[in-house]
Order: sequence, then C-alpha cells, then structure tokens
Amino acid sequence: MASQHGAPPVFNNRVVAWIDHRLPIFSYIEKEYHTFPTPKNFNYFWNFGAIATVMLVLMIVTGIVLAMNYQPNSELAFASVERIMRDVPSGWLMRYMHMTGASFFFAAVYIHIFRGLYYGSYKAPRELLWILGVVILLLMMATAFLGYVLPWGQMSFWGATVITNLFSAIPVVGDSVVTWLWGGFAVDNPTLNRFFALHYLLPFIIVAVVALHVVALHVHGSNNPLGIDPKGPQDTVPFHPYYTMKDGFGLTIFLIIYAGFVFFAPNWLGEPVNYVQANPLVTPNEIVPEWYLLPFYAILRSIPDKLGGVIAMFGSIAILFVLPWLDTSRVRSCTFRPIYKWFVFVLVIDVLVLGYCGAHPPEGGFVIASRLATIYYFFHFLVLLPILGKIERPLPLPPSIADAVLKKKAV
Amino acid sequence: MRRTIVSGVLALAALGLGTAAIAADEPELKEQHWHFKGPFGTYDRAAAQRGFQVYKEVCSACHSLSLLSYRNLEQLGLNEAQVKGIAAEFQVADIGDDGSAIERPARPSDRFKAPFPNELAAAAANGGKAPPDLSVIIKARSGGPDYVYSLLTGYVPYEQLKPEQIKEFNVQKDDNFNLYFPGHRIAMPPPLADGKVNYVDGTKNTLDQQVRDVVEFLAWASEPHLEDRNRTGIRVILFLLAFAGLIYGVKRQVWADQH
Amino acid sequence: MASSGSISAGAHGDPTRRDFLFVASGAMAAVGAIATAWPFINNLNPAADTLALSSVEVNVKPIAVGQAITVKWRGKPVFIRHRTPEEIKEAEDVKLSELPDPETDNARVTDTAKKVRPEWLIVVGVCTHLGCVPLGTKPGDPRGEYGGWFCPCHGSQYDTSGRIRKGPAPKNLAVPDYLFSSDSLVKIG
Repeated sequence: MASQHGAPPVFNNRVVAWIDHRLPIFSYIEKEYHTFPTPKNFNYFWNFGAIATVMLVLMIVTGIVLAMNYQPNSELAFASVERIMRDVPSGWLMRYMHMTGASFFFAAVYIHIFRGLYYGSYKAPRELLWILGVVILLLMMATAFLGYVLPWGQMSFWGATVITNLFSAIPVVGDSVVTWLWGGFAVDNPTLNRFFALHYLLPFIIVAVVALHVVALHVHGSNNPLGIDPKGPQDTVPFHPYYTMKDGFGLTIFLIIYAGFVFFAPNWLGEPVNYVQANPLVTPNEIVPEWYLLPFYAILRSIPDKLGGVIAMFGSIAILFVLPWLDTSRVRSCTFRPIYKWFVFVLVIDVLVLGYCGAHPPEGGFVIASRLATIYYFFHFLVLLPILGKIERPLPLPPSIADAVLKKKAV
Repeated sequence: MRRTIVSGVLALAALGLGTAAIAADEPELKEQHWHFKGPFGTYDRAAAQRGFQVYKEVCSACHSLSLLSYRNLEQLGLNEAQVKGIAAEFQVADIGDDGSAIERPARPSDRFKAPFPNELAAAAANGGKAPPDLSVIIKARSGGPDYVYSLLTGYVPYEQLKPEQIKEFNVQKDDNFNLYFPGHRIAMPPPLADGKVNYVDGTKNTLDQQVRDVVEFLAWASEPHLEDRNRTGIRVILFLLAFAGLIYGVKRQVWADQH
Repeated sequence: MASSGSISAGAHGDPTRRDFLFVASGAMAAVGAIATAWPFINNLNPAADTLALSSVEVNVKPIAVGQAITVKWRGKPVFIRHRTPEEIKEAEDVKLSELPDPETDNARVTDTAKKVRPEWLIVVGVCTHLGCVPLGTKPGDPRGEYGGWFCPCHGSQYDTSGRIRKGPAPKNLAVPDYLFSSDSLVKIG
C-alpha cells in the first residue's frame, strides 16, 4: 500500500537533502507519517495508539528526572520520594505526573485493545502486529509492578512480596526461584535495588517493541471501523494533516482529564496505606494492586489452588497471543457481526466484574462472582469465539470505504 | 459507532465506581468542611499555626514529624527569627570539631526532633507499639482529614459504652474506646480535651477547635505544595481547554474537503 | 517540510479564518511545549533542603592572630584568616598596578553590611586556575613568595589579601558574601 506513493520526495533544503541522500530519515518520516495513505473512516477510537505513545514518552521523561533524586535503598527510598514531593523544585509535579500517568497509560492501552478486539484488528494480516501489542502489555505490567515497589510504602512492600511469591508455585524449583528474585530471604534492599534497575530498563525495551509494532502496522496499514481493506486512493487520506490533527484533538481531550487527576485528585487512584513506610513485620489489612491489574488479580484468587491460580492468571494474558487463530470469522469488524458484537460488550462487563471482585476481599459472593467471571473469560475466547465465527452470518460488507462513507453522508 | 463510544465511556465509569467502592465497613466519618478542600482550596495559615502549637505541646510528646524541617514553618507565615527561635528550643545530636558527639541547638535546616531516638525505643515506651509518624498521616489514612478529625473527637468513655459494645469488642475498664479506630480499642489515650492548649490569638480552645487546627496543620504537613498544585492545575486546564477548541477548529478545516 | 504549508493542502474555507486558526494553534502549541519544559528544567535546580544549607555560621573567637582555619561552605573550603598587623599593612601597601587582578585590600575585607574588618580575611579556598585547594592555611604549609597561599598544582601564588600575584591563575581568590552579626560570629553565604 505504502508503495503506491512510491516517488521519493524532493527536499529543497540542501542540508536536508544532503543528509537524506546518506541517511534517509527525512524520506522515512515523509513516507510513514506524512503521505502515508490511511483509511479515511477512522473514529475516535483510533486516537488511542497515538495517545498511548505520548503517555509512554511522558512516563520516560518524568521517570528520568525522578530517578535523579530517588534513592533505591530500603532505608532511604520512602524519605527520598517525600523529599522529591517537598524539597525538589517541581518534584511534586513530576511525581504526580508519573504516578497518575501509569494509570492513564494503562487506560489508553486498554481502550486501544478494546478497539482492536471490537474491530478485529488482530485478524490476518495483522496477527504479528497484535502479538507485539500483547508483548507490550506484558512489559507494561512488569514495569508498572516494579515501579509500584519503588516508593517503599506498605503496599509496595507487600505487593512485591505477594507477586514474587507467585513464582513459588513452580514445582520443585519454585522456592529457589523466589530467593533468586529477591536476592535474599525476603523482599529487602537487594530486591528494591534490582527492581529499580529493571524499572529503568524495561521502558526502553517497550520503546523498541513499540517501534516494531509501528513497523508491522505500516506494512499493511491500519485496520478501520469497517474492517475492509482500502481499494484505492479514494478510500484513503494522507496521515498528515488529517490524522495528525485529529489525534492532536483527541490527545488534548485526554490530557485535560489526565491533568484533572494530576492536579486535583492525584491520590484518588492510589492506596492511602502506601504513604506508610514499608514494615516487614506488619501486613496491611488488604493487599490490592493498582486498578489496572485488578482483573488479573481476581483471576489469580478465583482458583482455589496455588499453581492453578498462577497458571490461570498468566493464561488469561497468554490466550491473547493465539486470539488471531481462535477467531474463525470471515469478517473483521463487529459492525458486521450482529451476534458477536454483543459478546464483546459482555466480555468487557466480565472484565469489569473481575476488576470489581479483585478490589474486594475474597469472601462470600465475591468468590463465586470471580469464579464465574473467570470461567466466562476463558469460555469467551476458547469456545464462543471459534464457534460463533462458524455459525454467525455476517451482514453484507460495503463494496468500499469511500462507498460506505458517501452512503452514510447521504442518510 | 456512537453506540460503541457510549459503551466505552460507560465501561470507564464502571471502572471508576469499582475503585471508589473499596471502602471498609467502618462507621461513617464526621465529614467536615476544610479550608483546603476543592480545586480552589488553600490552607488557613492562622489555624495551621495554632495546629502547630497543638502538635508541639501535645502530639510531639509521642509522635514524630520526621519528614519536616523547622525551616518549613516559614511557609505557614512564621518569620525567619521565629523559626530560628523555635528550632533553638530543641537540642539535636551532632559531631563536634574534635569528632566527639555533641548536642547543639537545632537550626532551621534541621529536621523536626523526634521524641524517641528510634522506633524500638518508641515502641518500648508506648506499650509495644510505636506511635506512627505524622508527616503524611492525612494521606496515609483513608478518609484523610475527616478520619483524623473523627478519631480525635471519637473517644467514648468506658462508662458511656453500651453493654453490647463492651461485649463485642472485649473492652476492659482501662482500654481506650474509639468509635472510628479499626477494632475500636486504641492504644492512644484521648490526647486532646477542652482547654488543653492555650491559644495566644484568643481563639476559644474547645476540643473541636483544637482538633480542627491540628488537622489543618497536619494536612499542610502532608501536602505542603497543595496551593501551588491547585493554582497550576487551573492554569493548565484552562490552557488545554482553549487549545482543544483551537485544534478542533483546525481539524474541522483540514477535514472540510472530506465531509 | 511538515509545516503549515502542508496543513493547508487539505484545507478549505475562508483563508483568513483558516490562517488564524493554524497560526493561533501553532503558537499555542509552542507556548504549551515551553511551559511544559520549564518544570523539567527547574527540577534540576538545587532543592529546598540543599538551599537551606547554603549558609554557615562560624564562631571566629578561637582563631588567634596569625592563625587561619578552613570551614566547609556549599561543598567547598573557605579560609578564614585572622591577619597580623604586618600582613594587613603588606596587603594594603601593594600598588594596584602590580596586581594581575587589581583590587584594593579594603574591598576584600568588607562584609555585606559594608563594615570593614581588616583583621579578618575570608576567601573561598579554590584556586582560580583549575580548582585546586591552595596551601597556606595550616601552620607549616608553604605560603609562597607573597605570604598568602601557594597552589601546589600549578604554582599560583596569592598574597596576604588572597590576591593572585604569580603563576597561571587569572583571578584573586573569591570573597564570599559574609556578615558579622557580632565581633565573634560570622555568617557566610
């Protein structure tokens, strides 16, 4: 597709032309972000890739300046974070942007994933694009978990203890693996130190995988709400200025909500007990992860067996890797899937129920609810999706994107 | 398409509710109006200064405030000389020119002196449990200022307890019963009462007043940059709203030939 | 290449209104970017706890005439010398034309309240050549040909007023801001 606009651009600026002749970065930008033919029918769900990228950059930049004052030492970590909040110029802003930014990064990515699910963006020929996305999600979860440990509050410490203990479920070598992860006999200074090193490293690996994600995206171009391929120039517009401006608008709205939290409710998404310094002798009444990990936490707790719970939790993400082959439908977009589209919403509600259960102690109704929701989660991917694709009769697809757009305007 | 957007928003809202619903089944806190609440909130300097007096004369006997320095008090409106004077009331450990351990009067750059040399000593002097540090206490308790207010005004004398309360929570005669403390039996005896602290500015020293003042002070101690944050936040959001309007116009112009 | 020129490629409508929108939003984006950059840059400035340690108070009473001490101030050594009448006279008698960095002795022993105390010389103990600490404060140190300080790194020599007299250093030893709050207590910084 990209090769349709094959003519190399001519640069009037001689310096630009000189560089481009030797290292074609300007041609690349021109081709991939300016003239790149993009389906003309995106809705605002297509903003969230760009929004997530901006959040990633924001997290890295705020993270780097925070690291300049943070002390990865169990004696000093808590006080060093508070020093950032009190004494370092603009430190409170950097810290709250980073803390709230994690939530908003996940929110953007979850909406991005939902869009992929609903419009079938994972289907051929975009399977690898999707798999790279799942890898990014896994890396983000690891990074977020490692980062949450750094302030060395009570929830940091006990979250780290609980999550690292998951690995003790591995048969035979489990305990050795956990000791290896800790670098000691409990979560302690060596653990904090290595978590800091890894928390600094992983975001750059995420950047690398995001680059691959974008390369894979630009091979066949973006999917679109209709899920049909563009058939010619009448179906597409150049990426710039059409989608740069649309992304810019969507991003600004997103940033307004983000700023609302950063400036007026920075601790609303957090746990008060994490403002109590870590104490290895006292466990808080409830250990809950940040909201974005709650559904997976609920799946973990819903299985009454230790190893089983760990397998189910990792399985719930692993299943996303094979999603492109579980979906047997001929069409991509749920716009033309009258039955399955409702099940996508049921899945969303199911994940919300899981999240709600994950936030509550595993007692009474919450246990049953989380078990049912866990079963449904796997049922959706392993049973519903393959069968429904075979028996569901999709609505007729429009002949082209341009055709559909024109028809809609006529209505 | 519109329907999908609405559903997306609904999903987000449900997520929000999910997180908000994490609350323990404790008695409802006495919700107060605080000067620092809301996007235009500021600290009431006079109240916070009185609150510092309450902390200094009462709380500091057991509770440290280790993340604060005496110099921070200047943000509450004290001048440099007053802060120097307050700091000089405390003797802190240092190392003398000859390398020996000495005690010297504290300077504004020193941290607030803790009542106990370390946590073990604090625990030993307080029946086995160290009194918590108060530097970020307002942020470290769910309910924040309302919780601390309710706790400090929530003591019920043994004689006034209902028999079923005594039975349910196994209250002994010399236990301290607090309505708002999880488990209700709290190690700290009622720290404040009417007339405990004498205010120089003539404010009536009722229990309620002292508690409100000390909460104002502790709220400032927990979040000293709140006012700056609110001010910056309002500017940032106004800027972004204006920018959103402009870029929406640009986007419409750009797409005009496609619609 | 990717500028407003290409934005207008896809745009229609009234050109004045259109240009206004593009210019205004471009300008606003630039302002926003700069305003966002500021807290990140400001973040690297000294923190409040660092600034709180930016002055030290020194009791100079124990320093006998002819002696000097070194105190640490903002991470650097500061020399406080209780000068003898001969040293003061020597410093005052030098002709300014002989000095590589002309400065009167009087100007170097004045505190921030403009009070002159010739017996006290307070200078930052960092050689103005390449940042070494000159010798001459401790008894028995070499003090150079001019009786002040001698830098062992590259042989710069300072006089009894801390002024450069010989060697590669370009400037006199810096005099920090200081204020005597009494005859025996000086606040540096």
